[in-house]
Amino acid sequence: MANSDTMAAPAALAAGPRGPKPKRRMSRGNIMVYGTLLVFALYYALPLYVMIVTSLKGMPEIRLGNIFAPPMEVTFEPWVKAWSQACTGINCDGLSRGFSNSVRILIPSVIISVAVASVNGYALSMWKFKGSEVFFAILMIGAFIPYQIMLYPIVILLREAGLYGSLTGLVLVHVVFGMPINTLLFRNYFASIPEELFKAARVDGAGFWAIFFKIMLPMSLPIFVVSLIIQVTGIWNDFLFGASFTGPDLYPMTVQLNNIVNSVQGVKEYNVNMAATLLTGLVPLTIYFVSGKLFVRGIAAGAVKG
Amino acid sequence: MTNSIEIKNLDLSFGAVKVLQDLNLNIGEGEFLVLLGSSGCGKSTLLNCIAGLLEVTDGQIFIKGKNVTWAEPSERGIGMVFQSYALYPQMTVKGNLSFGLKNARVPKDEIEKRVARAAEILQIEALLDRKPGALSGGQRQRVAIGRALVRDVDVFLFDEPLSNLDAKLRVDLRVELKRLHNQLQNTMVYVTHDQVEAMTLADRIAVMKGGKIMQLGTPDEIYNQPRNLYVADFIGSPSMNFLHGHLESGAFRVDDMVMPMVGYEFAAPQTADRPAVIGIRPEHVVTGELVKNAPLKFDAFVDLVEPMGSDTLVYAKLGQHSFRIRMDGQARVKEGETLEIGIDPSRASLFDRDTEDRL
Repeated sequence: MANSDTMAAPAALAAGPRGPKPKRRMSRGNIMVYGTLLVFALYYALPLYVMIVTSLKGMPEIRLGNIFAPPMEVTFEPWVKAWSQACTGINCDGLSRGFSNSVRILIPSVIISVAVASVNGYALSMWKFKGSEVFFAILMIGAFIPYQIMLYPIVILLREAGLYGSLTGLVLVHVVFGMPINTLLFRNYFASIPEELFKAARVDGAGFWAIFFKIMLPMSLPIFVVSLIIQVTGIWNDFLFGASFTGPDLYPMTVQLNNIVNSVQGVKEYNVNMAATLLTGLVPLTIYFVSGKLFVRGIAAGAVKG
Repeated sequence: MTNSIEIKNLDLSFGAVKVLQDLNLNIGEGEFLVLLGSSGCGKSTLLNCIAGLLEVTDGQIFIKGKNVTWAEPSERGIGMVFQSYALYPQMTVKGNLSFGLKNARVPKDEIEKRVARAAEILQIEALLDRKPGALSGGQRQRVAIGRALVRDVDVFLFDEPLSNLDAKLRVDLRVELKRLHNQLQNTMVYVTHDQVEAMTLADRIAVMKGGKIMQLGTPDEIYNQPRNLYVADFIGSPSMNFLHGHLESGAFRVDDMVMPMVGYEFAAPQTADRPAVIGIRPEHVVTGELVKNAPLKFDAFVDLVEPMGSDTLVYAKLGQHSFRIRMDGQARVKEGETLEIGIDPSRASLFDRDTEDRL
């Protein structure tokens, strides 16, 4: 009998575990943790809730003062107005003009800055030249100087180049200011790729660009996503450069938003302001939601080796 | 034998650090040369210089009579295999093998032919459509060798290709590499810190230390006639026994022991007496019946016994000096007993104590 027991044991092991997975009961500690998390989640979600309900109310309802109450009568009028009718100065075409300006600024700025920064990072990590470390250090210093200090010199530079007040000028500024942080990101990412891979490619006769496009690029999607998100959100949310280097016709969405919200004439249309703010925030939000997972992976990948 | 690779007065320094110093080396056509040394001795650096992956500070490198000192790696007619395999992760095995050929604009049918041939030689035909991530370590290293093979070059460079493999696989691939060399008859330069790999694979071994070649010779020469103390100590496991004493009128003296060096081939006739070191390999010490015929006999005190299956390693005291003896696996020796040992001076090595060179 004892013999058959010892024979049966391995068979049971081989069959694997059976029955439902044992449940862990909610412990007191867990309740505390989740409770705290819930409170903080509410705390952060509440302003967003207020914004959304306010943007869906009419002005008479807002004047009642119950900011937490859901709208009695849902209206999309404020959204339409924020998008196409709200006035800033003499222009009364709402945020739509700012949106198209922002897109025209965003797309070239992001493409150029990510493209240049990736090549920079690749060159600085794989093709070290005499003085490349110094070059990199100088670039890094650029990341720590407050932008405000450089505003006036840039205005002069753009004026001399004949680009002041144009979208091209603003794109150029965004590209330059995105360079330090993005180069750092790419350099660290490429530095974590084994050096022997690079050597093997050189023995295989691949040159600077062939190694970059055929070997390195296919391996670096995560870091590209990180760089893309940093650039899209940074440039979309930029207010300072947009306000400083363009004129009223070319203001990006953020500046337009500011002008709508801060306009002093007439009644404060809270519902329109809320709708306008939500509209402006939609682009970076969408980007985060779509690529959040890749973003976290890329940040982690870039951070492993410095 | 014509020279496949010639290295003349090679210098390499990183800033103030001299990694390679005035290095000269000729490697024959079809030769299997192993660069052997502990880490930091410059062996991988030398290989990278031959490959063209590092710029030399001074000196010249010739491959097949052509000065390639400043040539690109791909123009040197070399194939290289790396320790970490360095396969392109996003390409299939086939893509990995053909990448170099595509860069060289080799016609498509020629690429197909060469890839098929390499795959056949290395028995990786079934893996051609897989990505490196789906391969085992041994398979990856085969693909890496294949990548050098398809290039149809005269010179193969190996940078510790077996170090990342587990012990059993390493032995298997070592045998295969030797077979591959016999089959292809290419010049191969092989970097390793593993003396077993060096002894088994090499036609000649270059033992390196501090950016210099300490000795260049056949495995037999390196093992039996080490040129200096470093090589003597580095080669052999367990390593050589060293006794510090004096060479006086043709006999080595240490404490009250006298060893007349009968049958020892001196590198140069010895006239003056001098402080010297004698090196005796543990496996060259005889015991038991064989002691009768040995030229020199001593009594050793057994300190510790390590049975290793195939051998028994005895840690003994010879006078006041610790002394390792390698005996047969069946030997029954007990700690604390006295063991009669025999030494043959013709198999020993004598070194000058100051210059550390072989006498």
